Amino acid sequence: MATEYAVELRGVTKTFGPVVANDRVDLQIHRGEILSLLGENGSGKTTLMNMLSGIYYPDAGEILVNGKAVTIHSPKDAFDLGIGMIHQHFKLVDVLTATENIVLGLKEPGRLDLKAAARRIREICDKYGFAVDPEKKIYDMSVSEKQTVEIVKVLYRGANILILDEPTAVLTPQETARLFAVLRNMKADGKSIVIITHKLHEVMEISDRVAVLRKGAYVGDVATCDTDPQKLTDMMVGHAVTLNIDRPEPKERTKRLEVRGLTVRNQYGVKALDDVTFDVYGGEILGIAGISGCGQKELLESIAGLQRIETGSIRYFPADDGGQTEKELVGMSPLAIKKAGVALSFVPEDRLGMGLVGSMGMTDNMMLRSYRKGLPIFTNRRDPKKLAEQVREQLEVVTPGVNTPVRRLSGGNVQKVLVGREIAAAPKVLMTAYAVRGLDINTSYTIYNLLTAQKIEGVAVVYVGEDLDVLLELCDRILVLCSGKVNGILDGRTTTKEEVGLRMTNLQEKEGAAQ
Amino acid sequence: MSSPAIHTAPLVRIAKRDGIALWKSCLIRLAAVFLALVLSGLFIYSLTKLNPVDVYKAMYDGAFGTSRRTWITVREVMTLLCIAIGLAPAFKMRFWNIGAEGQVLIGGIVTAGMMIHLGNTMSTPLLLLVMGVASLAAGAVWGLIPALFKARWNTNETLFTLMLNYVAIQLTSYCVSLWENPYGSNVVGQINQQTRSGWFPELFGISCGLNVLLVLVLTVGMYIYLRYSKQGYEIAVLGESVNTARYAGIKPSKVIIRTMILSGAICGLAGFIAVAGADHTISVDTAGGRGFTAIIVAWIAKFNTFVMLLISLLLVFLQQGAIEIATQFGLNDFAANVITGIILFCIIGSEFFINYRLIPRSGKEAKGA
Repeated sequence: MATEYAVELRGVTKTFGPVVANDRVDLQIHRGEILSLLGENGSGKTTLMNMLSGIYYPDAGEILVNGKAVTIHSPKDAFDLGIGMIHQHFKLVDVLTATENIVLGLKEPGRLDLKAAARRIREICDKYGFAVDPEKKIYDMSVSEKQTVEIVKVLYRGANILILDEPTAVLTPQETARLFAVLRNMKADGKSIVIITHKLHEVMEISDRVAVLRKGAYVGDVATCDTDPQKLTDMMVGHAVTLNIDRPEPKERTKRLEVRGLTVRNQYGVKALDDVTFDVYGGEILGIAGISGCGQKELLESIAGLQRIETGSIRYFPADDGGQTEKELVGMSPLAIKKAGVALSFVPEDRLGMGLVGSMGMTDNMMLRSYRKGLPIFTNRRDPKKLAEQVREQLEVVTPGVNTPVRRLSGGNVQKVLVGREIAAAPKVLMTAYAVRGLDINTSYTIYNLLTAQKIEGVAVVYVGEDLDVLLELCDRILVLCSGKVNGILDGRTTTKEEVGLRMTNLQEKEGAAQ
Repeated sequence: MSSPAIHTAPLVRIAKRDGIALWKSCLIRLAAVFLALVLSGLFIYSLTKLNPVDVYKAMYDGAFGTSRRTWITVREVMTLLCIAIGLAPAFKMRFWNIGAEGQVLIGGIVTAGMMIHLGNTMSTPLLLLVMGVASLAAGAVWGLIPALFKARWNTNETLFTLMLNYVAIQLTSYCVSLWENPYGSNVVGQINQQTRSGWFPELFGISCGLNVLLVLVLTVGMYIYLRYSKQGYEIAVLGESVNTARYAGIKPSKVIIRTMILSGAICGLAGFIAVAGADHTISVDTAGGRGFTAIIVAWIAKFNTFVMLLISLLLVFLQQGAIEIATQFGLNDFAANVITGIILFCIIGSEFFINYRLIPRSGKEAKGA
């Protein structure tokens, strides 16, 4: 039976506990096409593709490859069927060379011949236009080179269907262009390619067809030439985006933080933040936009005392008149910052890995901030319990009880617990990282309203976000980070999505003069 | 490449439970013990054709048959429990302290040395106090060394503590040859056998009364420490996530060092109890593998010290029973160990069913296309 589909999914469903990640998804992948799998965060794109590559096993539904029903239990099964996935987080052994990584796990008869393997790798590279040195060790490679190794690894195993999970998230524009050229070569060679992404301009640029997922369900597919970003956004979100977040004009802006020339290196010695300078004012929401991994995490963690800072200063102004009693935060530990009376709250990106303790209940998590108070030796659980009950009631946290481990709560409720605790600490500066990631629209609005309420009370709110629509409607000013540098601070009321998007990807050389 | 997989669904899927009712988990554990007894029974019968019920009865006799045996069992339980209590804070912090064996030995060496050299120079209560404090300090030092290295250079504590065991064993060997009595026997023999100086006295008319008192105080104390103290809270947070601890302003290196001093000190005290309160001698077998068994005790009990008491009792019961059936039925020690192994396997294995549930696959979508 001849079929035009390389892969067909029929009614594929996957649930994680109470969460339906994929709900009866039907999807076809044609031969020799580039398909974009589009959807918001948490819409189930990665889960769906993980079932195709053997990481997960579907709860229901069937998968057909070349018209034949198959079972994919493991990544090896997927490889045997010619399906290869390039994950967002690379799975490479740092101390081995590219060749060694590529042949790792292959069971070919006879002696391991690395030279022959390297030759074959060069052939693959030449054929599709990759640039990678087979003898180079992974730890010497840039992110883009590592990604190339991952792609070659998949091709080396004879994959005809390649799945790339957000491949451009970590790439510079030039590297992205190179990647796209390679993908087109592969397409010309008859391979099917699926790109998971939520960047619309890339979808328009590279793909032949777009399939859209929304909240785990399949919305539909459309040929790229018949659509435009606006239509795709509507498909993704379900309706035209009208957020209507209340944004009162800031009044009585008082300077709270003054960041000057902040430079931070990550664990690989690369500058994660490069000469970052900006101010944070009470009574306004400062949005921070940027492609993921452009220094947002390092920026907030630097202010919170969790990063080693190379150069620069962070000054905190406790007095409402912005007076003389400012404090230098660089070089202080989180405890020292707290003891110095700096009213700083921080909702980190990794909620259960940094902000909360998953195995503890709400009460014990409330204590994380306050457990040092009270009697010298023993903990006081009465006040945290009261606070937990209060947060539960005010933010409508759905939990069996304040002692139920927060790990068992849904993502939205986990976030409410965290945000509730941080706001209860009566901060003067409130920093949030991806505060609404993975949350449904109602919970997201709860969070937006909480942040706006804090702003009205005069708190300086720093909001690191990824959804540009939200940034534009919520924030008074938007600082755009690009590769660790400040690439412009824009007025949230007058700037446009295009402007922000452009600055996220293209470093403006003479920005300082323009301000 | 190879042929495509055939379209078959797995028979059962494994899913993590959100939580489990207390009665359900107890039922699963009881079923595990029951299964273990049945399996061991089959094993005994197939090898020896003995009636398993007789064998189990002999095991019970071995542990509780006479009052002397009962007190030996209680004493053993207390020593094992003391080590487990020492390990609990370290493991709760996810610091893999495999070095209890060495920490016990160091505490034991110090105790034995003081018994030999200070015995009969001061009253026994005073000597006991001095020995107790010294063993605490010695164990603390033995726990502090790997903690310092972990805090400073992030060395692997599992290997480090394990290696320190061998150092402690060699030190013990050295001390044994130094203190051997009678000369040439290569054993230390009963220290102060005539005067009983430095031996635990009878308490409440019970020979091991002091052992019980000390360890029960520790049991309650550690329970309160882990549950209700600020330091216990810091240990719990750090064990769950280093990042969360740092975020909350907890300094990981400080907590690691502090906790390992405590952990090592209590293990050292267990060496004191083993030497002054039970063996009255020192040898490389003074710890006797209990430093490792105690890890199982601490983990099965999930660091609840009162549950640890029950687990220690079970393990010691099995061990004493095994010795008895080995002599009574001529089954050798190894057969007895197999029985212990089967029982432990079932109990630990039952944790899987408490944490996970199996979902049988419904057949409706399993048809090939």
